[in-house]
Amino acid sequence: MGRVMLLLVAVALLGGALATRPSPASHARQPPALAGSPTALASKAAPASQPALQTRVTQSSQGEGTPVIIASKPFAESYVLAEIFAQLLEARGIAVDRRFGLGATEIAFGALREGAIDIYPEYTGTALAAILGEEMQADAEAVYRHVAGTFRERWDARWLAPLGFENTYAIAVRRETAEELGLATLSDLAREAGGLRAGFTPDFIGRSDGLPGLRAAYGFEAAEVLPLLQAVKYEALVESGVDVIDGYSTDGLIARYDLVVLEDDRGFFPPYEAAGLVNGDFWRRRPDAIAALSELSGLLDEERVREWNRRAESEGDPVAEIARDALAELGLVVPDAEEALESDPAESAATREPEREAATAAESARSPVVGFASYMWQNRTDILGHARRHIVLVIVSLAAAALLAIPAGLMLVRVTGGAEGVIRTIGLVQTIPSLALLAFMIPALGIGVVPAVFALFLYSLFPILRNTYTGVRDANPAAVDAARALGMTPAQLLRHVRLPLAAPVIMAGLRTAAVINVGTATIAAFIGAGGLGDPIVAGLALSDTRMILSGAIPAAALALLVDGALGLAEKRVAPGGVAVE
Amino acid sequence: MTAGRDSPAPNEREPSAHFDDLSAHVDEPAAHLGEPALRAHEVVKRYGATIALDRVSLDVAQGSCVALVGESGSGKTTLLRCFNAMVRPDAGFVDVGGRPVASFDPVALRRGIGYVQQEGGLLPHWSVLRNVALVPWLRGEEDAGERARAALDRVGLPPSRFGDRWPRDLSGGQRQRVAIARALAGSPEIILLDEPFGALDAITRSELRRSFHNLRAGMGVTSLLVTHDLHEAVELADEIAVMKGGALMQVGRPEDLLSAPAHGYVEELLKRAGVG
Repeated sequence: MGRVMLLLVAVALLGGALATRPSPASHARQPPALAGSPTALASKAAPASQPALQTRVTQSSQGEGTPVIIASKPFAESYVLAEIFAQLLEARGIAVDRRFGLGATEIAFGALREGAIDIYPEYTGTALAAILGEEMQADAEAVYRHVAGTFRERWDARWLAPLGFENTYAIAVRRETAEELGLATLSDLAREAGGLRAGFTPDFIGRSDGLPGLRAAYGFEAAEVLPLLQAVKYEALVESGVDVIDGYSTDGLIARYDLVVLEDDRGFFPPYEAAGLVNGDFWRRRPDAIAALSELSGLLDEERVREWNRRAESEGDPVAEIARDALAELGLVVPDAEEALESDPAESAATREPEREAATAAESARSPVVGFASYMWQNRTDILGHARRHIVLVIVSLAAAALLAIPAGLMLVRVTGGAEGVIRTIGLVQTIPSLALLAFMIPALGIGVVPAVFALFLYSLFPILRNTYTGVRDANPAAVDAARALGMTPAQLLRHVRLPLAAPVIMAGLRTAAVINVGTATIAAFIGAGGLGDPIVAGLALSDTRMILSGAIPAAALALLVDGALGLAEKRVAPGGVAVE
Repeated sequence: MTAGRDSPAPNEREPSAHFDDLSAHVDEPAAHLGEPALRAHEVVKRYGATIALDRVSLDVAQGSCVALVGESGSGKTTLLRCFNAMVRPDAGFVDVGGRPVASFDPVALRRGIGYVQQEGGLLPHWSVLRNVALVPWLRGEEDAGERARAALDRVGLPPSRFGDRWPRDLSGGQRQRVAIARALAGSPEIILLDEPFGALDAITRSELRRSFHNLRAGMGVTSLLVTHDLHEAVELADEIAVMKGGALMQVGRPEDLLSAPAHGYVEELLKRAGVG
């Protein structure tokens, strides 16, 4: 018991430390009443180009305006665009709160619709096919008009003016495959498909503007279709694991791997114009932010975006740096101001930057292990922050589940009949895929820590409830019978016999729940709750292995630690005279 | 658990006054001489469609030992458990010390009746001494530890050597001795034994049988013993009650059963056991 208490105390301290540090996800939304009148907003926006103010607003809670909550979906281009939105707003004196890497279209749009986020970059074709579930149309302008009108009418969501580029699906093959089989168009591909293995993202396989549509429009029937994640499909193609993949026309990796993009000769893919998608309430409340964001309208082009994506995915450049360069390149934020910001000695980012450069240079001479270790060291503050958040998510959800499930399990032992049914029903929660569960909860709980904790709480109930119930029910029947026959009251039986004998089993349930939770908590990143899933999601999106490992390794270590600690606790709660296998 | 080993937490003191009355009644020769310590009259117990006890009547005289014999499923254990309110009959009457079982507080009643089961039923997380002290401790008696030590001595297990051991560190025979000591530690007038030696090897069994016989003779405690072993019944019991399919076939002294079996089944049972 003592050891568990120590662990809990340690965790509580970590949690306390977390609470005193500003972290992006801990900024609760303030009441919109403070958002201010247009004049107040105008006066706030006026001195925007001055560097001093930028420094202040980067701290994000400056001023009376609520921070604008900006989200992205979990892929590189979405991160870059969202960061451009964020830095542009900051440069105009508007505080922002970043919630990048939200699960998928359903979660990001769900969060926007419910007002949990204010804006995220979306594509008209995706909106048409994946959200509205409508037929493809070839005309970009018509699609934009239709989507913008429908979204406004149906969900009060507004599409800002298109950013100026399209990012459509790009079906790609290796250059030698294209030359060997004479492939230039999707029609050519459909002709040869019977001998090819395709590797598509699960998203593409399911969407009507993906594989099903491709089948219908071109009669494309590959010999085999493998579901592959974004992060691995290029490798799989280059290593000849597959012959065809779905890329994006703005992918940085298409150029890097010298791939051939096949022409959509039947005009099957709808236009995927990128634009900011904003919540209607936000649109009315914050004309200042809308005005700032509108500065980007039509400024971007495919070549630029492809270059940014290449930097993010191939060079591993930080997204913040890419966005800063992008805004300078577009002439929206004066670079001098940014440099002034960087040279500010008080700014920790500025002092960290040269350190990073130096370390990166030195790294190339060292082994990958040493390189990774130094990467972890440089990012220790972030990683520790993620780990703390992760531990808080796990502890809070687990404690809440134990407080409910242990008494519930004890009650179930006393009711005859029906207990198994209740437990099995709770067990059904376990079968809901975690992303789906998170998506279901957005309407009620929004995004962030609360729904994440609630989801983890739900997943913890079953193992604790089941073990409490069976542990108490099956506790040494002969001993229980004899104790009852010699005059123990039901309460005495529970306290002196059943509970002590069931304690290791209950503890084992807690342990199972805790280990599951440590793993499952990584998906909290998909709804902006932070934790060690953050670097994993971002790393997957940016094809940055070190970033992925900087989340995955501490998460695995944490799981082992929790398992070991609770294993010890299990032995400690076993009463004397009772062996724990 | 923070409660002291040998004394109950104050809030767990159960009113045991009811059963003290019982001892008083039993001790009064004038009113109760010849009154059976245990009586079942036309007792019926059903479990769903199965009839476990089919209008069973049985008297156990004070200070005597009656053995319930029969095949498994014949209703022996069910009948035994009617006397400590672990089974509630659907019809008929069950009296203990001349008083209906239903009129007792079941918890107090059970604290006044010794009970031994086949598996011993020792609490695995309690030391031997604490197990034996269970009933005096439940009753809130100050000298629970003394009583437990005395009971251990009586069953041939010196408390200094065995008191602090865990049940799992004992042999099967030692565990059953502890279970018997636990049943006796509260100085009950009545003890119910459900196949107490059933799980032991032949040598240990006969050893334990002998010491139980002596113990019982010395204490004069009324005993009801469930067994499927006729030899055991003949050796230990003053009277044998033969049960089959929930019904009582015959009750009598062992020699009466042998000389005049009332039923073909009894005769067959005796023959099969090689007792005849």
